[in-house]
Amino acid sequence: MLSAEEKAAVTTLFGKVKVDEVGGEALGRLLVVYPWTQRFFESFGDLSTADAVFGNPKVKAHGKKVLDSFCEGLKQLDDLKGAFASLSELHCDKLHVDPENFKLLGNVLVVVLARRFGSEFTPELQANFQKVVTGVANALAHRYH
Amino acid sequence: MVLAPADRAAVLALWRKLGTNVGIYTTEALERTFVAFPSSKAYFLHLNLSPGSAQVRAHGQKVADALTLAVNHLDDLPRTLSALRELHTHKLRVDPVFFKLLCHCQLVTLARHYPGDFSPNMHASLVKFLNHVISALAPSSG
Repeated sequence: MLSAEEKAAVTTLFGKVKVDEVGGEALGRLLVVYPWTQRFFESFGDLSTADAVFGNPKVKAHGKKVLDSFCEGLKQLDDLKGAFASLSELHCDKLHVDPENFKLLGNVLVVVLARRFGSEFTPELQANFQKVVTGVANALAHRYH
Repeated sequence: MVLAPADRAAVLALWRKLGTNVGIYTTEALERTFVAFPSSKAYFLHLNLSPGSAQVRAHGQKVADALTLAVNHLDDLPRTLSALRELHTHKLRVDPVFFKLLCHCQLVTLARHYPGDFSPNMHASLVKFLNHVISALAPSSG
């Protein structure tokens, strides 16, 4: 999927990511920008406004969980299906999440990285991350195939 | 389909802030689309697509002008963009997926250049606006 050089570029940038902040921001933006995704988080309480979403500690905590999994995936880019097998089972068989939502979250994460890294987030680096988020989304959707 | 007042106000305010730079950012969005999604270059094989290409810049400005037209005619996008819809749908036969990729790269570009303005609510307003534009340009994309 990625050359050794591209993997290094992705890992280097991700090494600078504040995992607990970026995860919460990505999940929060998903819930605000694509409100139907809130249906999977009804137990989180008030998600009715952007302020409510971003002030919700459960969103922040779950966002961190999501990004921690993503970080683990980055260590296994050659076998994302294996890396995400049990999460795929959970999201597809138990939570019944439409796989389209994995792509949405991936793209929201790319937007968040662009916002935080500015000029460092070159078109080439974006391209590398698009390959990663697509790979992760496909791995998570694997149980549907 | 009409944008809610809050979304409309947010997009108009951002566009005022972008001013004459809309073309620069739309060109960057196009360049990002070509790099991140290489199959999108298929629609532009008649252009020089090397980095910094004047032809890509010229097309970026065309797209920027169309987006600015859309921002200023939010009440009637289908009629405002009807000629462009005809061109893109029937003459150029652009896959609507391409518009979604370009819009995603437009969001990436704006987030990269205006991090302070790119709040979650602004992000949501821009997505709604761009989805309206896509619907007006490619109605069959749903």
